[in-house]
Amino acid sequence: MVHKGLRITQGTFSYLPDLTDEETKAEIQYGIDNGWAPSVEFTSDPHPRNVYWEMWGMPMFDLKDAAAALYEVKRCREAFPNSYIRVSLYNSKLTKQTTALQFIVNRPAYEPGFRLDRQESTDRIVRYTLHAYALDRPEGERYRDA
Amino acid sequence: MQTTSKDGLRSRWAAGVIPYKEMGYWRPDYEPESSDILAAFRITPQAGVDPEEAAAAVAGESSTATWTVVWTDRLTAHENYQGKAYRVDPVPNSDPPQFIAYIAYKLDLFEEGSIANLTSSIIGNVFGFKAIKALRLEDMRLPREYLKTFQGAPHGIVNEREMLNKYGRPLLGATTKPKLGLSPRNYGRVVYEALRGGLDFVKDDENINSQPFNRWRERYLYCMEAVHRSMAQTGEIKGHYLNVTAASMEQMYERADFAKELGSVIVMIDLTIGYTAMQSMSNWARKNSMLLHLHRAGHATFSRQKSHGVSFRVLAKWCRMLGVDHIHAGTVVGKLEGDPNSIKGYYDTLREDFVPKNPVTGIYFDQDWAHLPAVMPVASGGIHAGQMHQLLHYLGEDVVLQFGGGTIGHPMGVAAGATANRVAVEAMIQARNEGRNYLKEGKEILQRAARWSPELRSALEVWGDVAFDYESTDVPDAIEMPTPVI
Repeated sequence: MVHKGLRITQGTFSYLPDLTDEETKAEIQYGIDNGWAPSVEFTSDPHPRNVYWEMWGMPMFDLKDAAAALYEVKRCREAFPNSYIRVSLYNSKLTKQTTALQFIVNRPAYEPGFRLDRQESTDRIVRYTLHAYALDRPEGERYRDA
Repeated sequence: MQTTSKDGLRSRWAAGVIPYKEMGYWRPDYEPESSDILAAFRITPQAGVDPEEAAAAVAGESSTATWTVVWTDRLTAHENYQGKAYRVDPVPNSDPPQFIAYIAYKLDLFEEGSIANLTSSIIGNVFGFKAIKALRLEDMRLPREYLKTFQGAPHGIVNEREMLNKYGRPLLGATTKPKLGLSPRNYGRVVYEALRGGLDFVKDDENINSQPFNRWRERYLYCMEAVHRSMAQTGEIKGHYLNVTAASMEQMYERADFAKELGSVIVMIDLTIGYTAMQSMSNWARKNSMLLHLHRAGHATFSRQKSHGVSFRVLAKWCRMLGVDHIHAGTVVGKLEGDPNSIKGYYDTLREDFVPKNPVTGIYFDQDWAHLPAVMPVASGGIHAGQMHQLLHYLGEDVVLQFGGGTIGHPMGVAAGATANRVAVEAMIQARNEGRNYLKEGKEILQRAARWSPELRSALEVWGDVAFDYESTDVPDAIEMPTPVI
């Protein structure tokens, strides 16, 4: 029986053990060495179609040393310990102009996961809605520690 | 073949048959314009046929010529419309002798935005021509002016990744097995297990359309239940390529519309439906914000033999133009045909914006894609988690790796098979990004991850040593020996 339970597996490394700070730094440095800009984002809404997580400051376009980005990850963790936090590496090169690498670096202590709502229609058609239990709490409360 | 006339110019308009060379189709002095469409043909002339005459005949028969002089040519600016063979190179060590003929075509010869028209011209009549023993279209250079009459992939790699919210690693898929025989409900079970275990996509196979044991509407209902359940289990966007291939456009639109109604992000077509049908489905996919997966069913009937047919690199170009988001393009290490250098040529053709001429990878012309979106290649057939280092090395990260047997055949079950593949790919990407020599240390990297992943450990125990080492039938001329897969 294989079951990842409630662990949300978005991002490039969700099937590995949580990255250590050293491992996180190595990934960021890999991106910087490719000319990609790191950025830190956080959210309390893990729906896979929640595109726009909150930006923890601007993308760090001219950063040379991943240590500074790791410092921002740590500050974001301190401010929102019970949120999802992800690091993105952005490639602005012509024909790419998109995220090149993105991975989760912080999760809530408890991940409540999703409920699948089914709206039954005729001819056995079902309209599906992914309901994130995390959103059952008002936004103002979600950032408090559980 | 007729003998060469001494006074070609004067007799050019005399009634009767004269060599193609003397009708203006052999133009060694011609300098191709940047807006010309160029083609490289591998020609094996019949014994005794002059290669330049054979090249001229191919140029003629793929453009304006017929077998005899027609005075009605003189009502046109015929030189504009004539295909022009401008270069013929012998292929070293070929027996019977082969030649690469380069032919230039003026843009006026082609209807804008129509692969059907392009292929009717370039491969329409000429492949059955008696004066040549065999003929192969090796490559084409498509000018920017012409490319800009196509919209290409409905989404392309960049938009696909942004739609799926998945970056920085190969996407993972599997084809449902057995590909025929499962009832829709059992079929959906395989889809659910594979997706919740960690794959991004599951796929209908090319020949599952709407058979008596598995009608399309039932299959779609169960597959989309599986897709949405797996999304709730993982918090990721998942997809199943619902094959909409059918006997008519009306049926394909009906199936695709139903897939859309059920919330699928992707539909699938087979190459067998034809260029025009593929282009129509591309328009449909763009209009409906759905990804379009192409299974190249039947391609090897004309792409595999080196002496006759159409190279896959040309088919890849046509498909990038007519517009698909995914296309199967070979695996290097799997069970199906694939020389590493040729496959690099195909992958570059699908993914890069500028592909330079490179005899090693079988690319005959510089190709500027004019920012036509990149197409995601799909590697499928006999690959497994134990090859992850090789797959990443040869195929890169913008690729869908499809592990059918390598997921569903896992001793701990389908979901465990999926997890093994996902752990393997993430561990390999991490090692690469950390600067490890992952190709050399690949097995060790996988073994280390297998220590904490029983799913991967079990996969390596079963398949770790499985390899398919056969020589490829289609390798570039520049390579004398098949490249060994490390």
